[in-house]
Amino acid sequence: MSTISRDEVARVAALARIELRPDELDRLAGELDVIVESIAKVSQVATPEVPATSHPLPMSNVFRPDVPEPALPVDDVLAGAPEAEDGRFAVPQILGEE
Amino acid sequence: MTDLTRLSAADLAQKLRRREVTSVEVTQAFLDRIAAVDGAVHAYLHVNAEEALATARDVDARREVGEELHPLAGVPIAVKDVVVTRGMPSTAGSKILEGWVPPYDATLVEKIRDARMPILGKTNMDEFAMGSSTEHSAYGNTHNPWDLERIPGGSGGGSAAALASFTAPLAIGTDTGGSIRQPGAVTGTVGVKPTYGSVSRYGLIALASSLDQAGPVTRTVMDSALLHELIGGHDPRDSTSIPEPLPALVEAAAQGAGGDLSGVRVGVVSQLQGEGYQEGVQARFTESLELLRRAGAEVVQVSCPHFEYALAAYYLILPAEASSNLAKFDGMRFGLRVEPEDGPVTAERVMAATRGAGFGDEVKRRIILGTYALSAGYYDAYYGSAQKVRTLIQQDFDAAFEQVDVLVSPTAPTTAFKLGEKLDDPLAMYLNDVATIPANLAGIPGISVPNGLAEPTDGGAAMPTGFQVLAPAKADDRLYRVGAALEAALEKSWGGPLLDRAPELG
Amino acid sequence: MTQLVDYADAVRRFDPVLGIEVHVELGTRTKMFCPAEVEFGGDPNTQTTPVSLGLPGALPVVNGTAVEYAIRIGLALNCQIAESCRFARKNYFYPDVPKNFQTSQYDEPIAFDGWLDVELEDGTVHRVEIERAHMEEDAGKNTHVGGAAGRIHGADYSLVDYNRAGIPLVEIVTKPITGVGDRAPEVARAYVQALRDIFRALDVSEARMERGNVRADVNLSLRATPDAPLGTRTETKNVNSFRSVERAVRYEVSRQAAILDAGDTVVQETRHWHEDTGITTSGRVKSDAEDYRYFPEPDLVPVEPSREWVEEIRAGLPELPQAHRRRLQDEWGYADAEMRDVVNAGALDLIEATVAAGSSPAAARKWWMGELARRAKQDEVELADLAITPAQIGELQGLVDSGRINDKIARQVLDGVLAGEGDPEQVVVDRGLEIVSDDGALLSAIDEALAAQPDVVEKVRGGNQGPVGAIIGAVMKTTKGQADAKRVRELILERIGS
Repeated sequence: MSTISRDEVARVAALARIELRPDELDRLAGELDVIVESIAKVSQVATPEVPATSHPLPMSNVFRPDVPEPALPVDDVLAGAPEAEDGRFAVPQILGEE
Repeated sequence: MTDLTRLSAADLAQKLRRREVTSVEVTQAFLDRIAAVDGAVHAYLHVNAEEALATARDVDARREVGEELHPLAGVPIAVKDVVVTRGMPSTAGSKILEGWVPPYDATLVEKIRDARMPILGKTNMDEFAMGSSTEHSAYGNTHNPWDLERIPGGSGGGSAAALASFTAPLAIGTDTGGSIRQPGAVTGTVGVKPTYGSVSRYGLIALASSLDQAGPVTRTVMDSALLHELIGGHDPRDSTSIPEPLPALVEAAAQGAGGDLSGVRVGVVSQLQGEGYQEGVQARFTESLELLRRAGAEVVQVSCPHFEYALAAYYLILPAEASSNLAKFDGMRFGLRVEPEDGPVTAERVMAATRGAGFGDEVKRRIILGTYALSAGYYDAYYGSAQKVRTLIQQDFDAAFEQVDVLVSPTAPTTAFKLGEKLDDPLAMYLNDVATIPANLAGIPGISVPNGLAEPTDGGAAMPTGFQVLAPAKADDRLYRVGAALEAALEKSWGGPLLDRAPELG
Repeated sequence: MTQLVDYADAVRRFDPVLGIEVHVELGTRTKMFCPAEVEFGGDPNTQTTPVSLGLPGALPVVNGTAVEYAIRIGLALNCQIAESCRFARKNYFYPDVPKNFQTSQYDEPIAFDGWLDVELEDGTVHRVEIERAHMEEDAGKNTHVGGAAGRIHGADYSLVDYNRAGIPLVEIVTKPITGVGDRAPEVARAYVQALRDIFRALDVSEARMERGNVRADVNLSLRATPDAPLGTRTETKNVNSFRSVERAVRYEVSRQAAILDAGDTVVQETRHWHEDTGITTSGRVKSDAEDYRYFPEPDLVPVEPSREWVEEIRAGLPELPQAHRRRLQDEWGYADAEMRDVVNAGALDLIEATVAAGSSPAAARKWWMGELARRAKQDEVELADLAITPAQIGELQGLVDSGRINDKIARQVLDGVLAGEGDPEQVVVDRGLEIVSDDGALLSAIDEALAAQPDVVEKVRGGNQGPVGAIIGAVMKTTKGQADAKRVRELILERIGS
C-alpha cells in the first residue's frame, strides 16, 4: 500500500475543518502511515464471514418515555457562547445563506 | 497526629463516621498538600478549594445533627478534567475548551455531589484523553511523583499522580484504551476500568464512545470498590448503561483481602508477555503469580491469538469515533473562537481556524486519521474491518473465560519513561497500551494493582509496575476479589503499601 | 440564462422522472433524543438540553414514542418494518447542526419497500413506490443578519436558535417515479398531499405545511424517452406548500428541457425554490457535501421492534384517508364523480361533520357544493373558512326537514348565520322567519284576500279552481312568504265552499 499523500491529507483536513500549516501537512503525511499499516494488519483476519461488533455489550431497544423535563435556562445555554445576541448564538456569516 | 493525606479513603470515611476528624480538616489537609507539592507534580488543572470546603462544612453540620449520610460523605475526591462539572472549568486538557464552564454535571458528578463528597479539583490529562503520558495536555506536563523527570502515564496522569502524591484520597479517571490502568501501573496506584456500561458516560467528554468508560483511581483496591459502587449503576441518560444492578464489589474486595483464592482459576495471557516487556516488569509479574498460587489460585496459560490485531483495530476505531465526537468543537457555541488570519470571516473558515489553533498535534493527527478512515469509500475496509477484529477479540475472551475466572498480565510493558522521550514517536507511545486495549475493545472490566518496583532500562531509581486482572463483562466483582487478595499478599511481603517507598516531595 | 421551454412542449419531447423526499416533524411532546419539550413559537433557545445543544459530554436517548410514530407511518405506507435497525451519524459541519453530525439512519432504515396509491383530481390513480422511511433529527434555525443592520459592524452574520434542533423527523424517500409524463407536477403534489392527510389521520404530526412540519425535496430529471437511462437530476429543497410542489416540478421540467435543448448537460445539484418568483436557483456547491462519513452511532443501541409490537401498532392504526373516503362514498351513495368533486373542493370533512350533525348526505352535499360553494367563491375564501360550521348546516337542514322553514327561507337564515347573528334557530326566531301554520293567523289573511277579489271567489264557486293561485299569492305576500302554501290552499277552498 502506498503512503498517504500530502494532497490527500489536505483534502481530509478540509473535510475535518482543520486549518493546517504547511509544516503540519508535511508531518502528518508521513505519520498517517500508521493507518495504512493498521489496515494491512486487520485485513489479515477481517474476513467476510466475521460479523462486525459495533457495541461491546449486546443491547437493543433502549427507549425514553415521551415526557418533558425542564429545559436548560437560556442564560446557561448562552453562558459559554463566544458571542450571543437576542437570546441566540451569533455566528459568522454562513456561506450560501441569503 | 496522623497525616490525614496518607490514609485510605476507607479509613478516612471511618474516622469521619466516628467523628474523629471533620470533613473540613480532611479537605483542608488535602488542599494544603496540593499547595505544598502540586507545583512540582502538576496533577491539578483547577483547584476547587472554596466549594470543596463549603461542601465539607455542610457535611460536618449534617453529621453533627445526626443526619444519615453516604459512607463516603465528607471524603474529598479529584475529578479528571474530561468529566463535566457544573460551575467548574472542564477543558479536557485542550485549549479549545479553555475557560468553558459547563452548565450541567455528569451523572457520576451528580452522584459524588449527592454523596456530599468535596470535589478538590480537576486533574490534568492528555488532550481529549489522547495519549499515554499526559504530555499532550495543553496545560503542561504532569510529573510522576516517583521521579519528577518521568511521565505519570496517560491519559489520566493527573488523577494517578494526585493519588501517588497524596493530594487526593480518591479520583475519577476514564479509560478508553488504558488511561486509568496504565497511569495506575506507572505511579504505583490502583485503577479500575469497569465493564462498559457499568458507570454512566453521561457528562464524559467523549473520545471514542464505544470504548470510553469512567472508573476509580485510588491507592487501595477497597477504595476502588467503594468508589465504583458509588458512581456505578444504571443511568437512563446513557443508552449504553447496563440496566442490571452492580455486583457486590465492596463485599468482593473484603473477601479477597482475606487472602484466600481457593478454587479461583487464573489465566495468564501468553500474548501479553515476553517480547517488548521490560525485564523487571516481567519479573514482578512472575512473582505476583506465585503469590496468587500460594493464596490457592490455580494458574494456567491461555492463548488469545487475535490480541495481536487489537492495537491495529483500536487505531482505526478510536480515531474514527473521535473525529466525529470532536466535530462539535468548532467555536460556534462554546469555547475558543479564532478568526482566520486573512480572507473572509465565514462560519466555515472560523471553524477551521478555531480547530487549527485550538487542537494540539496529537488531536489533529487522530482526527485526520479518523476522518480519512471514514471518508468516502473507506468505511467498510477500515472501520468495518476493525469492528470485525473486535468480534474476534471478544471470541478470544469468551473462549478464555470458559477455562478461567480471570485473565492476568502486566498492565504496561515498561515502567514510566522519561518526559519527552517518546513524544515524537507516536507508534512507540501507542505500544504502552498493548495490554490494556483488548479489554476496551471487548467491553470487559480490568484493574491494575501495584505489584512492585523495577529498574528502568535507562537507569535511575526503581519505578512502580502494575498487575492487570481482567474479568468477563459484568463480573467486575472478580477484579476486586483477586486484586484485593494480591494486594494483601504483596503488602504483607513488603511490610506496608508500595507508596510508602515513594520519595518525599516538596 | 437560457429561455425556458414551454411546459407542454417540454413534456412532449422529454420524459420526466420524479423522486420525492418528504420530511415530517413528529408531534411528540419531546425531542428525538432528549426530553426538551417541543412547543411551536417559544422564545429562542428555551427548548434545549445539553443533548440538543450538542454540549460536550451529552448523550442521546431515543424517544420511544417517536419510534412508534415512525412505525405507524411505515405501516400506513405499506412498508416492511425492520426487525433490527440502527442510527448512524451523518457528519457535516454546519452551524445549525449542534454536534456537527446529524443522528439519522443510513443503511438500516426502520421501514422500507412500501407504496402509496395517489389519486389525481380526475380520479386517475398512480402508485408511488416507497424506498424507505427513516428516523432522524431536525436542525436548528439560522437567521441571517445583514452587515448594515447588525451589531457586528460591517459584517454579515447569523443568529442561531436551537429550539428546533433535535425535533424528531421521519424522512420518506420514494423510488424513482416514472411513467407519469405530463402529469408529473400533479402526481408530485397529490403525493405530498396524500402524505399530509396520512400524517394527520395517524395523529403523528399536526402536519402544518406553513409551519414547516412537512417539507418536501423534489428530485427531477428528464430523459428523451421512457426507455432511456435516467438523466441527471436536480434536488429542489424545502418546497413547502402543495402548490409550490407542483410549480417547482413544472419549472424544473421547463428549465432542464431548455438546457438539454441547448445541448448542455444538467448539473447535479441542490436547488432552492423561491415561492415569490416561482423559480429555482442553484444552491451551494460544496466539494465535500456528499462525503458524510456515515458510521453507526456508537452512543445508541439497535432498535429491534418485536413483531408483536408491530402487529399491535398495525391493529391500532386508524382508518386511512383513502379507505375512509371509500367507506363514506359507499355509505352516502355518491357517484364517483360526485365524490371526486367533493374531495377536490375540500368539502369531505365538512360534509362528514354535517352528516354527523343530523343532515342527510344528499342535503349536506347540496349545501356545501351548492350555495356555500358559491358564497365561498364569491368571497374568495376556502369552504372551511366560511363563517359557518357543519353543525350549523346540520341544524339548518333540520329546520327544513321539520317543515319549520322552507328552502327559500333557509337561504335567508344562512345569510343571518354568515352575518354572525347566531345559530340557525336563533336567526329564525330573531328575524321571525318561521313558517306560519297557525290557522287563525292564516284565515284572517285569507278573508282579507277573498274580500279584495270577489270575482275570483265567484269563479271558484262556479267550479273553476284555476284562479285560486291568485288568492294564495296574495296571502303569501301578506305573510311575507312564511305561510305554508299547502295549508293556505286547503283553507281557501274550505272558506269558499262554506
